[in-house]
Amino acid sequence: MANKISVTVNGTTHTGEVEGRVLLVDYLREHLSLTGTHIGCDTSSCGACTVHVDGKAIKSCTMLAAQADGASVTTVEGLSSNGELHPIQEGFKEEHGLQCGFCTPGMMMTATDLLKNNADPSEQEIREALEGNFCRCTGYHNIVKSIQYAAKKMATTA
Amino acid sequence: MTKYIGKSIKRVEDKRFITGQGSYTDDIKIPNMTHAYILRSPYAHANINSIDTTAAAEADGVVAIFTGSDIPEAIAGVPCGWQVDFKNGDTMKEPPHPLLCRTKVRHVGDGIAIVIANTKTQAKDASELIEVDYDILDAVTCPKKAAEEGAPLVHNDVPNNMAFDWELGNPKEEVSAAMATASHVTELDFINQRMVPNAMEPRSAIGLYDTAYDKYTLYTSTQNPHLIRLLMCAFVLGIPEHKVRVVGPDVGGGFGSKIFHYVEEALVIWASKEIGRPIKWTSDRSEAFLTDAHGRDHITNAKMGFDADGKIVALQAYTYANMGGYLSTFAPAVPTYLHGTLLQGLYTTPKINVDVKAMFTHTNAVDAYRGAGRPEATYLLERLLDLAALEMNTDPAELRMKNFIPAFDGVEQEGYVTQVALQYDSGNYEPVLKRALEMVGYEAFREEQAAQSNGKLLGIGFSTYIEACGIAPSAVVGALGARAGLFESAQVRVQPTGKVSVYTGSHSHGQGHETTFAQVVADRMGIPLEDVDIIHGDSDSVAFGMGTYGSRSLAVGGSAIVKSVDKVLEKGAKIAAHLLEASADDLEYAEGKWTVKGTDKSVGFGDVSLTAYVPHNYPEGLEPGLDMNAFYDPANFTYPFGAHIAIVEIDKETGHVKLKRFIAVDDVGNVINPMIVDGQIHGGLAQGIGQAMLEGAQYDDTGQLINGSYMDYCMPRADDFPSFEIDRTVTPCPHNPLGVKGAGEAGAIGSTPAVVNAVVDALWKGGFKVKDVPMPMTPERVWNAMQS
Repeated sequence: MANKISVTVNGTTHTGEVEGRVLLVDYLREHLSLTGTHIGCDTSSCGACTVHVDGKAIKSCTMLAAQADGASVTTVEGLSSNGELHPIQEGFKEEHGLQCGFCTPGMMMTATDLLKNNADPSEQEIREALEGNFCRCTGYHNIVKSIQYAAKKMATTA
Repeated sequence: MTKYIGKSIKRVEDKRFITGQGSYTDDIKIPNMTHAYILRSPYAHANINSIDTTAAAEADGVVAIFTGSDIPEAIAGVPCGWQVDFKNGDTMKEPPHPLLCRTKVRHVGDGIAIVIANTKTQAKDASELIEVDYDILDAVTCPKKAAEEGAPLVHNDVPNNMAFDWELGNPKEEVSAAMATASHVTELDFINQRMVPNAMEPRSAIGLYDTAYDKYTLYTSTQNPHLIRLLMCAFVLGIPEHKVRVVGPDVGGGFGSKIFHYVEEALVIWASKEIGRPIKWTSDRSEAFLTDAHGRDHITNAKMGFDADGKIVALQAYTYANMGGYLSTFAPAVPTYLHGTLLQGLYTTPKINVDVKAMFTHTNAVDAYRGAGRPEATYLLERLLDLAALEMNTDPAELRMKNFIPAFDGVEQEGYVTQVALQYDSGNYEPVLKRALEMVGYEAFREEQAAQSNGKLLGIGFSTYIEACGIAPSAVVGALGARAGLFESAQVRVQPTGKVSVYTGSHSHGQGHETTFAQVVADRMGIPLEDVDIIHGDSDSVAFGMGTYGSRSLAVGGSAIVKSVDKVLEKGAKIAAHLLEASADDLEYAEGKWTVKGTDKSVGFGDVSLTAYVPHNYPEGLEPGLDMNAFYDPANFTYPFGAHIAIVEIDKETGHVKLKRFIAVDDVGNVINPMIVDGQIHGGLAQGIGQAMLEGAQYDDTGQLINGSYMDYCMPRADDFPSFEIDRTVTPCPHNPLGVKGAGEAGAIGSTPAVVNAVVDALWKGGFKVKDVPMPMTPERVWNAMQS
């Protein structure tokens, strides 16, 4: 069954029909060709597909596209603005928070949500906030540092 | 001269990944593309009586369905790339690994049919309509049980399920005689459990046949596109190699699992011509658990003998290695030449014998996983050493110091010749351990441990490891059964304007080659980093390559790049000499220009490159152009080493283990980009510690993988680790131009036994004198160890 939906993604509103069972992540990747959001599992465990829906980090494989009707979605492609990297993107680059890059978009979306709610998280709070995001390359060591970098940067520019 | 080498230059590749512009195989869309889903066996061992695809073929959107019987007989299956024969000279048992099963399935996940439809959902829906009639048979999953009389056979023509048996080192009787002289013998039976590599990007492959050019393109998540092309063309499909382009685009981690040539790659290429449309197949995570080659899976008995002074006098190791249902690409090399050869470790052990039986079982194939054989060797040695120290009531660090091979640089002093077929290149082992002890604050820790009285048990574990990397000298591995050379190639294309494009056969799937290699080239040529582009992963642009695994990219691939750069500079000097009206011998090259020695007459690299492509005023007889190719075949393996120390705290009530600190001091030779090397170490540590504490594939007796999802298989998470404390020493490799040894696997090789040793130490000091806690050391297992 097709559902008519209207979703604003990274500031652009898309209106169209999707099959009822289409997941938000498939809608983003297949319908809108926003392939920065990745699929790393089929059990909503790994967090590679994390995006923001109405400002909150969610796993886009856990939500139907139809449920996003009327919502505002931000993906990794929408993180930077006016050609300026978001502090979290800068943090991942400066602190070598990524290797293969596959988990990185989801990690950054989770991290920005964390920093919105907790501007100065401790190392333990960062590690706990990343519970739902897997990385196989970095051992998380530099991801923690990347988020600390972003927190510091956002504090000084706020 | 070194403006870039040795500096933590931020990665040039990061921009596309942090902005969502990476291009992984599943991100690629091709017009008119179809999608494939593979129906897989739910049984570990069964005869296939019939497969009925009638209803499925009529389902919405279905383009084609192929089963094993649709594939021409001439396509026998994917090959094994390494031959290890039986001790008695009999040929390795190498049963075919078909693209799709025709009459029998041999592990859960074995392919039955490929369903191709307009969308992936349609393909998946249709696959549910395929009816397969199976006769379910008994299965065997344990390599030791597989060797028993009467065990179910994986392949009817492989007696006792044995692919081969193998032995290396001193004769057994010599080792036994030496063992008999020992004043103490430590013996340990243990399992080095099966691991699932779990690269975060699931495997994916797109097959495309272009009728206009009679040419195929395969996009695949691989660590070595040219190797896949060679294996697929020459050994599977019989397609002329020059008619196939293989692209490994951005690849989301590999850790070994993306070295191998998988059936899905050949299937999408073959089927794309059959249906006349491109086909994309992307693995689900559940499929990845069942079909990405697994790692480790050894059952071992090992004995180490010591004299009264604590010097090791003998080592004997017996291992059953699980190969799974089929021999994967490099599988036979892993428990043999990448494992047995490392059992000298860092020690002067005079007598060593290792005996390996490689067994087929009704499980997914096992092959190289980060470290590949070397973690198993390190685990064997380092567990024995710490246990021996406990049993002999001596200090584990002192016991190691006493047995270390004395320092040698491989230049003034010859490389160390082991009892197990290798000659180490250079080594200086005491400093890594001393530095690690200093970082730990060893004496203070022991005092704290003795004073601990809060219901927790503190423990410390050591591991001092060596690995053989920079794989590998082609003639040596050829003599050992490799069916490929293991050199690397590089090409430097100089543009007329002096900008440089470097084509490497190495493949980056997270290692940062686009940065590290550019640092090497920019320094060697004295040009800005921005003027260098590193290109990899496409067989149409990179002339040849053997790919990335075995910590080889910089040591072998980087050396090939250096060779081509040197050829460019050599030719450039001839052009410069002509322009400067001097002899090439009188020129020196520095900071991007050739200068006549002792004068201020010079010409820049850009002027020389322009002259090479606009050769109006040019040396007579010299070809125009300034592109240079080179192949580099290493003289030896490289031998990184290091000392890892884990500190754990066990909750006596629950058996929960907390990793409090992890200290790693590694020596990977010279370092080009410290930030990237540190990152490689961190990632390796997490995988090694993950094996010790959290991970492990579990097959039940019927051959079901009972933890084949992220809900069941415990992937390490951020809050499972402390921040790692790492440092390094530098002992350059004497036989490659960069002096580098490789850093990709060190963390995974050294760390695992350190953590288990720490738990055993904690238990021992708490009065529980257990020899082993099986990995992964779950609270239940640790708690049980305290009850026994």
